[in-house]
Amino acid sequence: MTWRKTAARVQLAAMVAPALLLIGVFVFYPLLRGIRISFTDWNGYSQHDHFIGLDNYRKLAVDPNVRTAFVNTLLYGVGSAVIQNVWGLLYALLLNRNFFGRNAARAAVYLPVMVSGLIMGYIWYFLLQYSGGALNDARSLFGAAPVDWLADKHRAISLILFISSLQFVGQAMVIYLAGLQRIPRMYYEAAEIDGIGWWSKFRHITLPLLSPAIMANVTLKLIGGLQLFDLIVALTGGGPGFSTHSFSTLINYTYFTSQNAGYSSSLGIALFLFIMAVTVGVNRYFYRREVEH
Amino acid sequence: MSRFPKWAVSVIAIGLAAIHLLPLYIAATVAFKKTTDLSSRWRFPGYFYLDHFKQAFTEGHLLRAFSNTVVLTVATALLLVLIGSVAAYPLSRVKTKLSRGVMNAILGVMMIPTLSVIVPLYSFMHQLHALNTYWGIVLVSTAFNLPLGIFLYANFINTIPKELDEAAKVDGCGHYRLFFRIILPQLKPVTAAVVILKGLKVWNEYEFPLYFLQKPQNQTITLAISHFFSDTSSDFGSASAAAVLAVLPVTVIFLALQKYFVSGLSDGAIK
Repeated sequence: MTWRKTAARVQLAAMVAPALLLIGVFVFYPLLRGIRISFTDWNGYSQHDHFIGLDNYRKLAVDPNVRTAFVNTLLYGVGSAVIQNVWGLLYALLLNRNFFGRNAARAAVYLPVMVSGLIMGYIWYFLLQYSGGALNDARSLFGAAPVDWLADKHRAISLILFISSLQFVGQAMVIYLAGLQRIPRMYYEAAEIDGIGWWSKFRHITLPLLSPAIMANVTLKLIGGLQLFDLIVALTGGGPGFSTHSFSTLINYTYFTSQNAGYSSSLGIALFLFIMAVTVGVNRYFYRREVEH
Repeated sequence: MSRFPKWAVSVIAIGLAAIHLLPLYIAATVAFKKTTDLSSRWRFPGYFYLDHFKQAFTEGHLLRAFSNTVVLTVATALLLVLIGSVAAYPLSRVKTKLSRGVMNAILGVMMIPTLSVIVPLYSFMHQLHALNTYWGIVLVSTAFNLPLGIFLYANFINTIPKELDEAAKVDGCGHYRLFFRIILPQLKPVTAAVVILKGLKVWNEYEFPLYFLQKPQNQTITLAISHFFSDTSSDFGSASAAAVLAVLPVTVIFLALQKYFVSGLSDGAIK
């Protein structure tokens, strides 16, 4: 009997083993290796590197470009989470109703989610281009002067956020639609009998019962925004100057262009710690709220 | 909300939908227009012109890029389904401290941004002689996408009644036989979700191919298009045609399998 139990355990362990092996070799091991590289001055190809202790971390703490990238990453993360959640919820409320064209509208909002962020960024170039771009073309119809859309730092960041949200808001919408459909109708019917207005119904029935969807959407959009990479590469490449870089694009730049692998690795570790802290914090917050309710 | 008349809701919704499709529409007008035609990009050309598309195939080597991407996506999806479903079974059925710890560690991987480990991963792949190989990038993509796959499978297996397992065990079934005979046949809906979600992710992946597939002959679509855009800065028409061609297959697949896309995404997110 004990032998059979051991055999069963070995079987179960063997079923998890391939997955653990792959994740261990290609995710955890590189992460450890990255921590080691982050304490060196390695250039990315040489056979030799030197241990330089915490120098890379001291450098990144005062690097103005890292500071910009950090603030931008936070903007992309929080911005995506807020914009896409509000926008997606409004869409879900609108498209949960029965009307002509509902399915077509849902499909149209969701379709851009299928497209690679990089390709969508390149396509937007046709709209944002200074001469001949679709947006400036439309402006000229009203006699307005053309705008160099991505030349200004603040406008460029806002546009990156807007374009990314326009593309991916369909994801949030779909999750909210599924959440709405899980709310039992009888709650609303009971509220109607009591003569409760739509705002109160939204505030006291819809919103609380949507909390699993809200939690999923906030976490997804926050993590997605904090990792934003391909759209920035396609639209601004981090420019003008370093002003629209995210942490991810700065890591790419530091490694590829400046060939500073040690420093780039320390940026990677910093990004990982940052995202972990934010995710854990957000999950704790939602968990505590759930317990309270 | 319910005070709006239905036709007004239709008009608003269709107007909003149009905004989401606008970039794709503009890309299409650029792609179908002659380079010498300087009319507004809002206007679709009144003639039929396909040269940009031909150019995209010949200069952008799109056919090669398509077949490369198909190979990578199919191989990764297959591995994900196989390894992910098998691993999810013990993690969902056995509730010990160890199995919970393993599950949490696996879920933690989802928080690791690709770019944060790209330097060590690149040098590791170089050591393994895995750069510019299919197997290398397939294994890396599988490893990074496994956590969500395992999570979705484990959630689904949780909903399958345990009594079925017990009955099989009484008949003397080991865990392997039990999984392949009884559990696996029930996993079709969640497998569809995993294949769709992860297949799309791998299809559109940019970071891994950018670093690990640097030879022109094993470029993926995303890479081919990015080269097209950065190299041929004056030939907007062909670049745009390439982008349209890249978007086309996912659009067709999405419209055909819309139901599965939507349920796959939402079932995975809220449980």
